[in-house]
Amino acid sequence: MDILKKISVAIQRGDDQTAFMLTKQAIEMNIPPKDILDHGLIDGMNIIGEKFKHHEIFLPDVLLAARAMYAGMDQLKPLLVKDGIPSMGKVVIGTVRGDLHDIGKNLVGIMLKGAGFDVIDLGKDVPPEKFVNTAAMEGAKIIGMSALLTTTMPVMKEVITILRNQNLTAKIKTIIGGAPLSKEYALKIGADVYAYDAANAVESVKQLIQE
Amino acid sequence: MRPKIQFLEITLIERIITEAREILSTMGVEINNPAILSLLSDHGAKVNIEKERIFLKSNLVDKALSTTPKSFRLYDTLGKETNNFSENNVHFTPGSAAINILDFNTKKIRKPTTEDYIDYVKVVSQLPHLASQSTAFIPADVHEKISDSYRLFLSLLYGEKPVVTGAFTAESFKVMKNLQLAVRGSEDTLREKPLTIFSCCPTAPLKWSHATSQNLMDCARYSIPVEFISMPLSGFVAPVTLTGTLIQHTAETLSGIVIGQLANPGTPMLYGGSPAIFDVRYETTPMGAIETMMIDCAYNEIGNYLGIPTQAYISLSDAKQLDAQAGLESGMGATLAALSGINNISGPGMLDFESCQSLEKLVFDNEICGMVFRLIEGINPKEDFPAIPLFKELLEEKHLLIADHTRRYLRDEHFFPGQVIDRANRSRWIEEGEKTLFERAHEEVEKLITSYQPSQLSNEIKNELIQLMEREAQRFGQEKFTKR
Repeated sequence: MDILKKISVAIQRGDDQTAFMLTKQAIEMNIPPKDILDHGLIDGMNIIGEKFKHHEIFLPDVLLAARAMYAGMDQLKPLLVKDGIPSMGKVVIGTVRGDLHDIGKNLVGIMLKGAGFDVIDLGKDVPPEKFVNTAAMEGAKIIGMSALLTTTMPVMKEVITILRNQNLTAKIKTIIGGAPLSKEYALKIGADVYAYDAANAVESVKQLIQE
Repeated sequence: MRPKIQFLEITLIERIITEAREILSTMGVEINNPAILSLLSDHGAKVNIEKERIFLKSNLVDKALSTTPKSFRLYDTLGKETNNFSENNVHFTPGSAAINILDFNTKKIRKPTTEDYIDYVKVVSQLPHLASQSTAFIPADVHEKISDSYRLFLSLLYGEKPVVTGAFTAESFKVMKNLQLAVRGSEDTLREKPLTIFSCCPTAPLKWSHATSQNLMDCARYSIPVEFISMPLSGFVAPVTLTGTLIQHTAETLSGIVIGQLANPGTPMLYGGSPAIFDVRYETTPMGAIETMMIDCAYNEIGNYLGIPTQAYISLSDAKQLDAQAGLESGMGATLAALSGINNISGPGMLDFESCQSLEKLVFDNEICGMVFRLIEGINPKEDFPAIPLFKELLEEKHLLIADHTRRYLRDEHFFPGQVIDRANRSRWIEEGEKTLFERAHEEVEKLITSYQPSQLSNEIKNELIQLMEREAQRFGQEKFTKR
């Protein structure tokens, strides 16, 4: 088995130590960092994602795989930057102003990172301006917002209004999620996508980035 | 700790048994079978030949009880153990002998065909919570004289799980026994490793027909396990009170035990039944009635008291569709039966008063069984004391999704049903097509039919089964089977 395949397997097993060591070895073997990323780390995560979707494995397995992915990614990142290889994309996430319920958002963060995205997590109780300013400053293509309360949901619309006012809606896409939300609500406030769970959020972000 | 329920005080169990014994000795049972009357008479029972009535004194009942095995096991066609009927072990098997199946496409009932039966075997073979198959319905595309043996034949040819079955006539026993001998190779091996259970049904009240009593005798001769299916109907052909019904059930079942044990001491038996209350509004025998389930659980306690493994037709429904009533009655029945510790629970897949099988319901009920198995595992502390270290980890990490503790115990502590059971959030459910339970179950049925792997039984044995069945079919003028 070649080393990239081995990295993929280590990721799938959620074995972070092996993923770390093998990535190190691969770098020492002068394998291009982009290949290590695509055919090792990301390959492993893609397989995990598919299995999760089909109920063959469960959330803990995905999160462990994500942890193993970080172990490899930490070493690759500086090299990728040096080679001028763009990351999968930056995503700014946060729980909107007035809302302290961030468990779901945290899960989305872990899963997005696991899929290879750069995630800037603004935490909870995030004011609308902060979403937009951070995304603009960091060159993020996606803003992800979560809310659990019906009373805080309208803050999402404020974010979208700011994006509109600054003519940023073409550059920065929005994705929303949380228990009281729905596809219909996303449509109503002009968000690009509604994701019904964390795995669905990752899929949606991938699609948005490709558009 | 395993959770349990109990309906009868020991003193009540003893009173019921005493009363049943009294009925057997003073009123007796009717047995339309001279050979059995003579057998029992040889053992000292008083017989009224004219009325075909036999009076069983307590010493005969005691003698029979003393040779009835306290436990026995079943083995699949390959010889692997699948069922251990002892203590409070619980096993599920599909409800058997339906005359209709519920067609998914039309949502109407129709007569089942050979093809339906093969599909059924393919499905039940892969349902992990059903330890055995049963001859769940009766293919209507073969001569009716072989419709009992033909089911067993298909089950043994396509499936590996042992079979809960029964003969419709005294004559069918022979080929049904020979099919089993073909699988096992010899009478001794069949004795060592039982492959089937035959249902033997007394007629309420207190009567054995020629066919069923002969089946019982024949099974005993080959040590083929039997389950007694006494069917008192409370308020109709049995007392309206649950206790009165239990007295009748006990008397009828004890009479079966006496016949079988005197015919061949040591014959494996399940203290079973399919009693029901009689619904005087609709003139029906609701299997989903709570009182029916109470009678089942209660006679299970009587069987336990007598030291005989048990069976019941419970975890089935009277509903006509796979609807909320079907879920309610099947789920409640399975739960009560397992909490009661009934060893062989017959019912999954069945609708409409034991007359209609549904493959979709079968895969749904399989999930009920899975949940029920989790239920009776109970709550048992793992690495939960002291709790502080884990809670420290929780506060630090903010979640325990990937904690070692979670990874070690997740699959033991939480049962994960298949996709028939909807646990998606509403948006995801909408996204995935807003499928109803019936639709999800149907998808699962189709998946299982596709993923079926043929039985590992040798081709030599399979050919022998085919030859046996063909010969039997030819006896009734049927040269060919519809489809195989």
